[in-house]
Amino acid sequence: MPPRKREQAPSTSTPAVTSTPQVSRSSTSSKKTSSSAQQIVDGIWKNYVNKTPQRVKLLDAFMAFLAVVGALQFVYCVIVGNFPFNAFLAGFSSTVGQFVLTASLRMQTNPENREEFKSISDERAFADFIFGSMLLHFFCVNFIN
Amino acid sequence: MDALFQGDAAKNTRTLLRAIILLTIAGAAISSRLFSVIRFESIIHEFDPWFNFRATKYLVQHGFEPFWNWFDDRTWHPLGRVTGGTLYPGLMVTSGVIYHFLRLISLPVDIRNICVLLAPAFSGLTAYATYLLTSEMSTSPSAGLLAAAFMGITPGYISRSVAGSYDNEAIAIFLLVYTFYLWIKAVKEGSVMWGALAALFYGYMVSAWGGYVFITNLLPLHAFVLICMGRYSARLYVSYTTWYAIGTLASMQIPFVGFLPIRSSEHMSALGVFGLLQIVGFVEYVRLQLPSKQFQTLLRSLVLLIFLVSFGGLVLLTVSGVIAPWTGRFYSLWDTGYAKIHIPIIASVSEHQPTAWPAFFFDLNLLIWLFPAGVYLCFRTLKDEHVFIVIYAVLSSYFAGVMVRLMLTLTPVVCVAAAMALSQILDIYLLAESPSEELQTLSSAEAAKAAAGTSLLSDGLRSTTKPIVGIYSYMSKATVVVCSTIYLLIFVAHCTWVTSNAYSSPSVVLASKMPDGSQHIIDDYREAYYWLRQNTPQNAKVMAWWDYGYQIGGMADRPTLVDNNTWNNTHIATVGKAMSSREEVSYPIMRQHEVDYVLVVFGGLIGYSGDDINKFLWMVRIAEGIWPDEVKERDFFTPRGEYRVDDEATPTMKNSLMYKMSYYNFNALFPAGQAQDRVRGSKLPAQGPELSTIEEAFTSENWIIRIYKVKDLDNFGRDHSNAVAFEKGHKKKKAAKRRGPRSLRLE
Repeated sequence: MPPRKREQAPSTSTPAVTSTPQVSRSSTSSKKTSSSAQQIVDGIWKNYVNKTPQRVKLLDAFMAFLAVVGALQFVYCVIVGNFPFNAFLAGFSSTVGQFVLTASLRMQTNPENREEFKSISDERAFADFIFGSMLLHFFCVNFIN
Repeated sequence: MDALFQGDAAKNTRTLLRAIILLTIAGAAISSRLFSVIRFESIIHEFDPWFNFRATKYLVQHGFEPFWNWFDDRTWHPLGRVTGGTLYPGLMVTSGVIYHFLRLISLPVDIRNICVLLAPAFSGLTAYATYLLTSEMSTSPSAGLLAAAFMGITPGYISRSVAGSYDNEAIAIFLLVYTFYLWIKAVKEGSVMWGALAALFYGYMVSAWGGYVFITNLLPLHAFVLICMGRYSARLYVSYTTWYAIGTLASMQIPFVGFLPIRSSEHMSALGVFGLLQIVGFVEYVRLQLPSKQFQTLLRSLVLLIFLVSFGGLVLLTVSGVIAPWTGRFYSLWDTGYAKIHIPIIASVSEHQPTAWPAFFFDLNLLIWLFPAGVYLCFRTLKDEHVFIVIYAVLSSYFAGVMVRLMLTLTPVVCVAAAMALSQILDIYLLAESPSEELQTLSSAEAAKAAAGTSLLSDGLRSTTKPIVGIYSYMSKATVVVCSTIYLLIFVAHCTWVTSNAYSSPSVVLASKMPDGSQHIIDDYREAYYWLRQNTPQNAKVMAWWDYGYQIGGMADRPTLVDNNTWNNTHIATVGKAMSSREEVSYPIMRQHEVDYVLVVFGGLIGYSGDDINKFLWMVRIAEGIWPDEVKERDFFTPRGEYRVDDEATPTMKNSLMYKMSYYNFNALFPAGQAQDRVRGSKLPAQGPELSTIEEAFTSENWIIRIYKVKDLDNFGRDHSNAVAFEKGHKKKKAAKRRGPRSLRLE
């Protein structure tokens, strides 16, 4: 369990701090936070890999893909310039919009959020997702000219 | 009877009653807007609707695609107007669709009648949308119906939606309320579908009215306040991001809006909250994975840092000019003195003035004092949707205080809040039952026990033997209910009276009462416009002040120089300069712009105060903004600072084209030396003005509209004033025979 691990980390380092002289306190404390930050990230990652269901991981992969595509478009726009600005906007906002719609689907189908979305079943969430995506892509295709 | 109100039957009965009530409300909303059609005739009223009507006719005649790419060469004469890209097409397309639908069911209705009756029809829908919105706010079954009834007949909304007022607001208020309803629904359920529908109707709203900016700032503010209150939830994320992603794309499809949602300051709050929600959503997700105090504060500060950095970036981008700053029209809402100093054309519109107190009571009657109570009630049961009402109330109250026309956006929230307050009162006083006998005996027994335990006071006071005090008696209930019923009846009477007397007069025909009470109609506008339509060539350009541009284009069907769409301030200033200068100055201007006719409105004969002499100072101010050396406002005032038209008028005033056109030949109507201007209430100079470069072409029956024809160049190449003097037989004096100083002929 990651929380327990986090609680252990300071407790192991506290004796070291008390034993070392007062002067080096700042350097050790900064080292401590950096190491704990890394531990935190590690913990999150491990937790994620272990606990997330396969279907949600698929959604996450899709979201990561969308983020990469969006970032690529943006970098291209910065390098080359934004001459057909509507085309850039259509492409970029389609990735952004699809990203947030997928995130919404992920939230709605997450069992932890059950009490938030009482009226929405998983199938309903998926149908909503399709409805939203259709609208989004209609507008994007219309806007790209 | 009992069978009707119990069990399943009760549900059906209630549904039936609700449907009947809503239909009745829609009927009341429609019929209270028909005063002007019944009294006068079915015509388009104000100035702006004439353009909308003309555009709708174009759409119906030529189809959708030509309308979308319409270049109108009959307005802003030398320039023309790219109409497809400079208007909100929602209104025209809506009535075009209705027109074709009615044809489809073989009910061919004239497009004019559809345009005239569009606003009443949509007011019925607005009442229904208000019902839906209020039903989301309150659990009380009566709140929605009360709000619908209020919205149906309140004068604050009727003023902009009487039959014949074919303006953008006619459908925009319905779309505004319905978008808010869909948004509340989306926030409550956290559903993508409701969010996407809200975005769709937001897109429709964008296509209909420039007031969509209000929605783009209100919804983000709602989301932001919810985040700040610590009420972030996954539902908020889902609804807001769906709305923003789809709604922004939808709004960018309108050519008039274009890239504004990315580039202008008005839309930046929506983008900012969108970014903030991503961060907050991510942080919340991580926090759920790793609950820890230290980590939480770390992330909190991270969120704050990112927020500040992006806000700073936004400010930087605005200062450096990548993002357009506030437009003047919008900025003048914050800095109320801005328009008057910098943009006289905004300040010159009478709707852009601050609202006086009586206007609130006049337009909203009892709603205005129930409104704060309703907002207070929202605070008591503060759910997500009540936060919205509170924000909406605060913001729109401010805006309605700054500008008269924004009373319109205040009205829906006033109706909702007032209905919540009133339904609360009625629920308490109608439904509160006195506690049952057992409870009473039980509590009295307890009281007796307590009394016995402590002292012997219990015999003395009635309230201690009968501890149930309060509103349970029929008397108190009846008092309150009868009072509120009376208030409601007075409200209905007030609304009908206001609608009938204040808001149902078409500005095209002027109605006045004869001494015997019969109605006398002054129809000079249409008389003059039809004269123009029938007696001038198809392409004769008409120069008039911009107020009349749309009406000339719509009724007279002649090209104009400027019109009510004030997109080119310099061009308007040109017309202002031509009107406020001497003839010698304005004649070249008119020649350069190929003006054939000049039209002025003059109310001096019958006391019509909205004429061009009263608007003259605005022409001068607008012209002075562009040519400060040639037109000076100071020159039009007497040394004592008075604006006069009589003997003491300044020479600049007397020589201005506007003065000459207005008072030309006016002396001839009166006995010598007794010409009287009934608007300014002053006696005119004995010697009337004389015109040399233009000649009178038409003057309407009551002298309201005067049309002048611009003369051609003189055949002999003389100066016009000389030519006129020659025609009149003013011989050159002997002295003039002397050789004057001559200049060298150059060719």
